[in-house]
Amino acid sequence: MSVPTTSNGHPTVGMDDEFLKVVKATKRFGTTTVFENIDLVVNRGTVSCIIGPSGAGKSTLLRCINALERLSAGRIYVNGEIIGFREHRDRHYELTDKQAALQRSKIGMVFQRFNLFPHMTVLENIVEAPIRVLRQPKAEVLERARGLLARVGLSDKETSYPAHLSGGQQQRVAIARALALQPELMLFDEPTSALDPELCGEVLDVMKQLAHQGITMIVVTHEMGFARDVADDVIFMDGGAIVERGTPGDVLERPVEERTKKFLGSVLARAPS
Amino acid sequence: MAPLLGTGLTRALRQRHGGDPETSTSDEWVIKARPVPRPGRWIATVVVGLLIAMLVHGLVTNGTFGWGTVGHYFFTSLVLSGVRLTIILTVVSMAAGIVIGIVVAVMRMSPNPLMSNASRLYIWFFRGTPLLVQLIFWYNIGALYPKISVGIPFGPSFASFTSTHVLTSLVAALVGLSLNEGAYMAEIIRSGIMAVDAGQIEAARSLGMHQRLLLRRVVLPQAMRVVIPPTGNQVITMLKTTSMCSVIAIAELLYSVELIYQRNFETIPLLIVASLWYLLMTTVLSVGQYYLERHFGRGQITMLSLNMQHRR
Ligand SMILES: Nc1ncnc2c1ncn2[C@@H]1O[C@H](COP(=O)(O)OP(=O)(O)OP(=O)(O)O)[C@@H](O)[C@H]1O
Ligand SMILES: [Mg+2]
Repeated sequence: MSVPTTSNGHPTVGMDDEFLKVVKATKRFGTTTVFENIDLVVNRGTVSCIIGPSGAGKSTLLRCINALERLSAGRIYVNGEIIGFREHRDRHYELTDKQAALQRSKIGMVFQRFNLFPHMTVLENIVEAPIRVLRQPKAEVLERARGLLARVGLSDKETSYPAHLSGGQQQRVAIARALALQPELMLFDEPTSALDPELCGEVLDVMKQLAHQGITMIVVTHEMGFARDVADDVIFMDGGAIVERGTPGDVLERPVEERTKKFLGSVLARAPS
Repeated sequence: MAPLLGTGLTRALRQRHGGDPETSTSDEWVIKARPVPRPGRWIATVVVGLLIAMLVHGLVTNGTFGWGTVGHYFFTSLVLSGVRLTIILTVVSMAAGIVIGIVVAVMRMSPNPLMSNASRLYIWFFRGTPLLVQLIFWYNIGALYPKISVGIPFGPSFASFTSTHVLTSLVAALVGLSLNEGAYMAEIIRSGIMAVDAGQIEAARSLGMHQRLLLRRVVLPQAMRVVIPPTGNQVITMLKTTSMCSVIAIAELLYSVELIYQRNFETIPLLIVASLWYLLMTTVLSVGQYYLERHFGRGQITMLSLNMQHRR
């Protein structure tokens, strides 16, 4: 009996359920609207890549999913749980600071500029949140952290400080740090954009490996090669709206919308991959 | 600084490019350049050396300094108790000032306008009025508010005290120094917090750290790096500011020696005693600051660590 897989070969255990659901999401800063009425469904265990020009609202959408920003209107559900609120008998209650923090801990996020804590060693960076936020036993967390470091190929850097690592190594630590909380969903905001081209590969390899383990991932990226090889879904955003969405083959090779074609043309002209 | 770096750099370059003269180049290729003459340095050295010699000569031969008297009073119990009081005043009011400073700095950055304005008002008032006036005010608060009550605001009170009993002159001094220091520390700590990259807070929040935890574990330790040097200044200033407490009858170090020289008129020797003690305490504090800076600078590549690598 063969295990069913997605178009890109990821296992589809329980894949039919909607893991992330964005409903009529709108975000404004004062009078500027970043995006409006966005609807998006992401299934469990899939990898979605969000592409689009600068200012499209990609980062802001990720930040809203992780409750780092609050939506101006609309709802976001992760694993059936509404983000930023508590629902009770059709009423919404604002989450307290601690409840919101706990909700964020279930969603991992990796940033363009790594944002490792410079005053902590690599290992301290990774164990900080599981110990202080989830209050898990230290020995267990340390063991898991060492396992994760091995997985991202940095076992020998345990006691190094971030400033003494290359960009690619820092980003791999950042991924391990996010994974240490055993999140249900991983968000990546241009994880390789701050890296020299020769360092992108090591980070993308770690991400590919994650994708094959069935973690639900949403990746904002300009790496069209990664999107083509790894994504189940490619989402093209422009001007605060989802313009086109589909399999990598559809969106990247046979785009329908004029704006998608134009964007892909400009990206491929810059970096033929 | 610049010339130091410069010579180090030339040495490094010489080593790299010159290679090993004995094996790779014949002797005629090694340039034995005459160093640039620096007459200015020689003149400066002679002048400074002369000045130091004169100073030491004067210190030793001039009888008014009364080194014997200095030695005699250095460890007397009155002086020692003054030193102890100075240390207590400095440590307690600095510690309280730092705690107040953190709270006021965080309030100042709060989105709640009541909080941030209350903190502004506090800083404005305590930095804007003379410390001497504040100290006298706290000392005389008994005249303004004869009774202090604990209870529900505008409601019944559970307990009440007579102000003069609670606010002894020591407490008045501590309260006055702490509140004043808090205002200065608030601004120092605020500048430290603002120096922390916003991405750090973002990352900590995404890891599920709540406000207080991320402040304690991520923001403040990084702010420390910026905060410690000016705080070192504050502590050393505080050490000497405590002498103002003599106006409310606190016998700290300077007041203690004053009491002695008012009796025996050995003014200069006793002021030397006090100054030597202040210098001693400042030295200890500077050493402490060095280690604190090293601790909170861990993991950072700084100008200092680059220089060190360079010299090795
Ligand atoms: N805190 C903020 N206040 C005001 N405007 C903001 C804020 N954050 C983002 N914006 C605006 O929202 C728009 C979308 O920003 P966002 O960072 O989401 O774009 P992006 O698609 O991630 O672009 P990039 O590829 O450059 O990262 C931009 O026009 C930006 O100016
Ligand atoms: Mg962005």
